[in-house]
Amino acid sequence: MYSKDVMEHFMHPRNVGEMPDADGVGEVGNPVCGDIMWIYIKVKDDRIEDIKFKTLGCAAAIATSSKVTELAKGRTLDEALDLSNKEIVESLGGLPPVKIHCSLLAVDGLKEAIHDFLAKNKRPIPDKLEKEHQKIKAEKCETGSHDHNDQ
Amino acid sequence: MDNRRVYLDHAATTPVAKEVLEAMMPYFSEKYGNASSLHAFGREAKDALENSREKIAKKLNAAPEELLFTSGGTESNNLALKGIAQNKGKGHIITCKIEHSAILAPCRLLEKQGFTVTYLGVDKYGTVDPSDVEKAVRDDTILVSIGHANNEIGTVQDLEAIGKITKERGVLFHTDACQSFTKEGINVKKQNLDLVSINSHKIYGPKGVGALFIRDGVKISSQLQGGEHEKNLRAGTENVSGIAGFAKAAEIAGEKENARVLELRKRLIKEILFGVEEVKLNGHPEKRLCNNSNFSFNGIEGESILLRLDMLGVACSTASACSSHSLMPSHVLLATGMKPEECHGSLRMTLGRDNTKEDIDYAISAVKEEVANLRRISPFWRK
Repeated sequence: MYSKDVMEHFMHPRNVGEMPDADGVGEVGNPVCGDIMWIYIKVKDDRIEDIKFKTLGCAAAIATSSKVTELAKGRTLDEALDLSNKEIVESLGGLPPVKIHCSLLAVDGLKEAIHDFLAKNKRPIPDKLEKEHQKIKAEKCETGSHDHNDQ
Repeated sequence: MDNRRVYLDHAATTPVAKEVLEAMMPYFSEKYGNASSLHAFGREAKDALENSREKIAKKLNAAPEELLFTSGGTESNNLALKGIAQNKGKGHIITCKIEHSAILAPCRLLEKQGFTVTYLGVDKYGTVDPSDVEKAVRDDTILVSIGHANNEIGTVQDLEAIGKITKERGVLFHTDACQSFTKEGINVKKQNLDLVSINSHKIYGPKGVGALFIRDGVKISSQLQGGEHEKNLRAGTENVSGIAGFAKAAEIAGEKENARVLELRKRLIKEILFGVEEVKLNGHPEKRLCNNSNFSFNGIEGESILLRLDMLGVACSTASACSSHSLMPSHVLLATGMKPEECHGSLRMTLGRDNTKEDIDYAISAVKEEVANLRRISPFWRK
């Protein structure tokens, strides 16, 4: 079901932890959906110097969280904002279609952390980022039904 | 940790027992006749079919003529619900919210066809209160269908109490006993059951075989049209090898093995509740299947714990939303009053006859280790 790279990042996630003196914090997800990500960034000269995360979620959510921190570390804020979900999923060797939903958490978390950094420092926030910020805040879980398929 | 493989998903399916496989073998290439044929080849198959029917019926305290073979639990449930509904033409059905989808989906279809269905709630352990059944019975109620034991949380219902009510009120009573057959006592006379669904692959028999008990005199409409097999109620050449395997599986199942599994299951529950912080047992503490355990771990997600245990060779199941295609948590856990966020961290471990004490101890330490690992990366865990 999952690629080798997804399993590798899931079993050995990079950059796990919290950052009490973070310059920007992103908190995304919804306990009702079952996935939550907290992401912390340390910014120096508009570059992501350090990054940490903690995620409650499925293997796809944990692996993409780990991957996004790996890809974002060392990038400028603008470069980090250019990181797309597609790029993250592709760099993990793909995800099952049903799991794409779970992978959005990571890239949303990074955007929220950058938004938080810019807002805290009273810096102008690009329109696109502000729109995404509003959308992430408003997002709710999709619903359906679920059963064990035992019979 | 060693290279042990521990299968703890016996509620999903079981391996075919060696004795069962041996009982099936002659009916593939040797005694391969069609049970409907009049010649010696056919008669051999017919004998196997009827011997099997007798053995399985006996386990239910039913007459062999009251047992009809199907392709499994799903077909048995569909035949029971739709077969009764179609025969009656209209009316009201009572079932409950924690039934398997093989009950709920046919019920939803029957609602579209004009039948009314009451879905009874359950308490926090997943128990149906028989007095709720009594209150729900109406003049036009045609059928009550309450599963014997739940596939996720293992809670066992009081069939005898419900059967008393349905008998008094003159309503037919069906139970889906796919999880409980050979684990919990089923006695169609004592429990006043009119229809019972059972299957083979949960009891170390082959997949693709099941049966429906239909009390003598109860009329149902066939759902498969074709030949005159199974008293014209289920067309299709009988799966003789599978049925012979099913009968052998029913025959070898017994109290001794159930008691052994129960001891292991008790050990598993005790050690996990004692050894892991913030964990809850889902389902009833006592009135549950001997092989079922189901936990909710706070601060982690079910698919993650399942996959990490799988990497250690331990196979379990979860009702977490992320393990489903719809991203919704289990309807069973929700019906017991759990919040969606509590349902995501669920893990079901269902034991079976190949599990040893060493397997269970290995699984316990694997759970402890991986719950701790996942909590280390969880934002909801700060200890």
